[in-house]
Amino acid sequence: MIHSLFLVNASGDIFLEKHWKSVVSRSVCDYFFEALERATEPENVPPVIPTPHHFLINVLRHRIYFVAVIQSEVPPLFVIEFLHRVVDTFQDYFGVCSEAAIKDNVVVVYELLEEMLDNGFPLATESNILKELIKPPTILRTVVNTITGSTNVGEQLPTGQLSVVPWRRTGVKYTNNEAYFDVVEEIDAIIDKSGSTITAEIQGVIDACVKLTGMPDLTLSFMNPRLLDDVSFHPCVRFKRWEAERILSFIPPDGNFRLLSYHVSSQNLVAIPVYVKHNISFREGSSQGRFELTLGPKQTMGKAVESVLVSSQLPRGVLNANLSPSQGTYTFDPVTKLLSWDVGKINPQKLPSLKGSVSLQTGASKPDENPTINIQFKIQQLAISGLKVNRLDMYGEKYKPFKGIKYMTKAGKFQVRT
Amino acid sequence: MRNALVSAENLQLTLKTDFSSEEQALTIKHSIKQVMLESNKESLKLEAMKRIVGLIAKGKNASELFPAVVKNVASKNIELKKLVYVYLVRYAEEQQDLALLSISTFQRALKDPNQLIRASALRVLSSIRVPIIVPIMMLAIKEAATDLSPYVRKTAAHAIQKLYSLDPDQKEHLIEVIEKLLKDKSTLVAGSVVMAFEEVCPDRIDLIHKNYRKLCNLLVDVEEWGQVVIIHMLTRYARTQFVSPWREDAMFDENNEKAFYDSEEERKVEQTRPYIMDPDHRLLLRNTKPLLQSRNTAVVMAVSQLYWHLAPKHELSIITKSLVRLLRSHREVQYVVLQNIATMSIQRKGMFEPFMKSFYVRSTDATHIKTLKLEILTNLANEANISTILREFQTYVKSQDKAFAAATIQAIGRCATNISEVTDTCLNGLVLLLSNRDETVVAESVVVIKKLLQTQPSQHSDIIKHMAKLFDNITVPMARASILWLMGEYCEHVPKIAPDVLRKMAKTFTNEEDIVKLQIVNLAAKLYLTNSKQTKLLTQYILNLGKYDQNYDIRDRTRFIRQLIVPNEKSGALSKYARRILMAPKPAPVLQSAFKDRDRFQLGTLSHTLNSQASGYLELSDWPAVAPDQSVRNVEVVEPQKNGNAVKVESRSESESGSESSSSESSSESGSELDSDSDSGTDQKKNTKPKPVQSKPVIKVRSTTEYKHALLLIIMTKYILIHIVLSISTQFFVNCMCSLLHLCVFLACQFDAVSWHVHVSLQASSPVFVPETSHELLHRMTGKGLSAQYRFTRQPCIYGNSMVSLQLTLSNSSDQALENIHISEKSSTGQNIHRFNAIERLEPQASVTVSMGVDFNDSTQAANFQLCTKEDEFSVSIQPAVGELLLPITMSEADFTKEQGKLMGMNESSATITMKPENVSSQSVNRKVVSVANIGVIPSSQENIYRFAGKTVSSGSLVLVSVALKDPDAVITINTEKTVIGSMLLRQFKTALTNSGP
Repeated sequence: MIHSLFLVNASGDIFLEKHWKSVVSRSVCDYFFEALERATEPENVPPVIPTPHHFLINVLRHRIYFVAVIQSEVPPLFVIEFLHRVVDTFQDYFGVCSEAAIKDNVVVVYELLEEMLDNGFPLATESNILKELIKPPTILRTVVNTITGSTNVGEQLPTGQLSVVPWRRTGVKYTNNEAYFDVVEEIDAIIDKSGSTITAEIQGVIDACVKLTGMPDLTLSFMNPRLLDDVSFHPCVRFKRWEAERILSFIPPDGNFRLLSYHVSSQNLVAIPVYVKHNISFREGSSQGRFELTLGPKQTMGKAVESVLVSSQLPRGVLNANLSPSQGTYTFDPVTKLLSWDVGKINPQKLPSLKGSVSLQTGASKPDENPTINIQFKIQQLAISGLKVNRLDMYGEKYKPFKGIKYMTKAGKFQVRT
Repeated sequence: MRNALVSAENLQLTLKTDFSSEEQALTIKHSIKQVMLESNKESLKLEAMKRIVGLIAKGKNASELFPAVVKNVASKNIELKKLVYVYLVRYAEEQQDLALLSISTFQRALKDPNQLIRASALRVLSSIRVPIIVPIMMLAIKEAATDLSPYVRKTAAHAIQKLYSLDPDQKEHLIEVIEKLLKDKSTLVAGSVVMAFEEVCPDRIDLIHKNYRKLCNLLVDVEEWGQVVIIHMLTRYARTQFVSPWREDAMFDENNEKAFYDSEEERKVEQTRPYIMDPDHRLLLRNTKPLLQSRNTAVVMAVSQLYWHLAPKHELSIITKSLVRLLRSHREVQYVVLQNIATMSIQRKGMFEPFMKSFYVRSTDATHIKTLKLEILTNLANEANISTILREFQTYVKSQDKAFAAATIQAIGRCATNISEVTDTCLNGLVLLLSNRDETVVAESVVVIKKLLQTQPSQHSDIIKHMAKLFDNITVPMARASILWLMGEYCEHVPKIAPDVLRKMAKTFTNEEDIVKLQIVNLAAKLYLTNSKQTKLLTQYILNLGKYDQNYDIRDRTRFIRQLIVPNEKSGALSKYARRILMAPKPAPVLQSAFKDRDRFQLGTLSHTLNSQASGYLELSDWPAVAPDQSVRNVEVVEPQKNGNAVKVESRSESESGSESSSSESSSESGSELDSDSDSGTDQKKNTKPKPVQSKPVIKVRSTTEYKHALLLIIMTKYILIHIVLSISTQFFVNCMCSLLHLCVFLACQFDAVSWHVHVSLQASSPVFVPETSHELLHRMTGKGLSAQYRFTRQPCIYGNSMVSLQLTLSNSSDQALENIHISEKSSTGQNIHRFNAIERLEPQASVTVSMGVDFNDSTQAANFQLCTKEDEFSVSIQPAVGELLLPITMSEADFTKEQGKLMGMNESSATITMKPENVSSQSVNRKVVSVANIGVIPSSQENIYRFAGKTVSSGSLVLVSVALKDPDAVITINTEKTVIGSMLLRQFKTALTNSGP
């Protein structure tokens, strides 16, 4: 399966390598660098690159390429999914997954990679098992270890590894027992020039933070489970109960995890919470263009739209932008031609706007297409699909846990074509 | 000591500075080595080891530290040990000889009571790619495959692949282990062993039959990575075992399984041609369906491809949603999923049409994602949705990403050819694009228009005219060439314009690109043939220009055209046909998807993604016309249980004594010959039970122990050789002194590993006396010429530790040969019998001796079984004497009294007898006792007391016998937990000791 792994940073240097079988020379990455050079954007590197003797499968996250070397047939998604799992684990352990963090913790990284794969086949990828095998580095532990000479490596086989609930360890104890659930929905939409919706769908997740003593068995039910069109579960959820009763029944992992991700059926009408009025025009012959944007709330069920961020990739011919925002700040990068406007909260009484002119390169012809506008926003206390949790019950333990549910709506890939 | 401190400081200092340059790295290595060699402090060693791992991670060579590092392999500090493992696995291949030094540590760790340590030892041992240890790995794998801990068994399954890649000759043995592990019921093991199966023997589909249903049922609980592997394997399996559910007029009669599955599948009854799905086929589909909800994208993809390749067409739609859901995932996941959807959407548009909008392109998508989405949208286009799609395409054409815009134009072209209703609309749209400012867009449009016009038989002179007008503004060579070709091809439709274009081209001929030049020559020739009056001179001129062109292709072409079209005396018969050759109607190019032929590969595979066969790709076979026998998948319920028990028993009471005599026997019986002397999960039991027994070193070295010693010898020789070599070079002198020290340490470890690692008070010993008498099993009269006699060998049985070993002598006293002599499968009394291998042929008057094992379960109940020949069956029974159910052990006198003290009261039986005077001598007492029972003599310090010790074969309970002489009486005392055996033994001793005779 996975032969070797190379980590390549943004400037194209290999800064870590790990081999699970015989050593593969790092010159194999030359093929990857070739592809990297050919690609116009970092994202455009093809995920699967064939070379005469190997196959390179790479993922790009946090500006680091994780390049896996494969020698024979293997489902590509298998490798891709695994590489993403590695990144998630690093993030979990070090807080951020950056080149510096990896270099600082190179020993832990090595120990992790050693546990995660055996002979190229995934061995332990469940974070709670890994954390029992190798404790995450913290400042306190580092200090204690240097003084006492103890180590980060567990001596016993994690209990989860053998049990029927591999995601939970036994003997969990908390003084405050609490279970929090975040229902987060993202709207993916494409809005056309005239403001009508071309496509819009809602993707949601329920992220949980469960800190409960013992082996609690939870059930979570919805007021309107029919809304959920397609779901994928954390392995802890009992599929049979869902099929029969539309109830989520599970023994939760300890700590943070993603319980459920769902898709709200595209047949339902999706409420679009913001609208954009735009007037962007370039005139033939003139080196100036007009640029006007106004944002406004729409169908927000009375909730405030916050953390609004507008970004747009302006045409290559644009030299500079001279704009004035009614609120927030804007930046324009003349090299990448990326305009971004940090709006903040939308005040329905005084709609935020960004007006001004853009200057074009002299002699450059008028761009054929107006730029697309990407919008990000957040709405607290609202699940835009209308999904509501009915109740959360706990069985199997005696104490009374503290329960909390939070709703949030975010923009996913929200694009306005102009 | 001071030295060490100084160097430690050195290290600390150097470690603080960043060592980017090689030189610094070298000094680091040097100081690391110093510390590693001289320091005793764990923390310093650990720190140094971390630095070394840092070097490895950077890809720096740290192999010269090997001797210094490898000696820490036995360290107590678990983190240090792990880091040494990392190092070892990385460099063992390069330093094979030195790597051997670490083997003993792993062998010892393989018997550790902690399963994690056992597993990690096996992992590292099998990761060391040193061919010389292949036999050790093989032994370790066989042993681990029967381990009580599923985690260790899982590790064993991984090790199989490693060993296979190291030495493919082991294939046969490994398949045996795989076969055993496939039977494993643990979900932890399933994925790993199937992986090993796929790697080692993917063609041995017969191994799957019996485990098929179990795998299907376990699937949901297997860890996600295992699921992927199992699903892919089962897809291949199902394609060879079931008939196709895709009949032409496939109608499904699933009533027959309704009762069995009470499934909610729709009921369709069709009498005409019933297709009945194999229940096993349905089982697979049903059990994989929930996995579509997995969070792991690879699992969802695997299930999708399984449905695509195996499910009836009308059930396919359930995978659509899940696949579309994956499009929300990371960029790389999208890429692979979209490719698969592209292949699917060619064959089955209906599946994805409702989700068309999910494939709309966003400006933030990466280019390869955009192109794939475009591909899918084109595949999905039909009369109903084409207008929506074309409107969407119009936006894409204006995209800033020009490569993508060009791809969109191609897509429009494909839509136009596929759907005749919109051809004109598309053509007009494309013509509009000709006035686009971007060259690539225009060029692509021209190329597509050219293709479209070829497919369109109708009038299109106005489009050609329009293009001729634009000609001056188009600079992309490919587009110019395309227009010229169009002019020439349809010159009869535009009789006025074509010569004019040729005139213009004649002026600029020398400045054009090569492909344009070729087309100019082409145009000239065609015009010459159709309209020679106007263009004769122009053609001549162009041909002359071409004749002296720098490019030989153009010179060639010119020469050829001239010969073909200009009539002269030399021109051959061809020129007559010139018109027919040049103006022949040309077939229109077919615009088709690049994914058209991708379906020759199994979906979801690497080969499919690359559209070329990757090494190790396993072809999906076609459905068989007739389903192979279904009953092969039937599993007798009893068998696996029995197996499970057997395995448990084996590994529980495994001891060194079990392997003592096995060296002579075949190695096919894995497990029984392995020496695992302490068991794992049942530590608490260990305390109450007698300690495992082990043979003495040096004196009785057999089988595996012998093997170890042989290995030890190899290692010693190697080590000494290394040192000879090393000591020649003086710069290593100091090094060698230290290493020699290690040699001693290592050798000590070795011996330790081999012999004394379990401190034993009980030692198995060989039998003191082996009676020669044989008992009759089958008389030749009743056996129709076959006679059989059996004899107790009093040796530990090689077939199982709880068995009593027997020697069977079969002779043929009839006048014809007997064939196929064997013991029938059914044993009437339920004892576990290890049968001898069937004897194919026994000649008249010949006899043969075979050995077998019977587990009497510590009772004297007779074992009844059937001795069969080819024609006949004879019921026979073996009644063991109670003394044969024991095995001798040796222990010290003190231990004997101590153990005896524990077995008082109920467990003690004693009797007083009057001895015959001739029996009083110590020799005769000993002889009498050991001939009755297979027990060992314990040296006694008291003159009148004789002590004997043994243990029962099955349960290993101690049996202690003491005979105290008080002239003329004697007191026989037997202490054992097995009181029945005790009293029976007592009776036999009584008769033996009171009777005279030998």
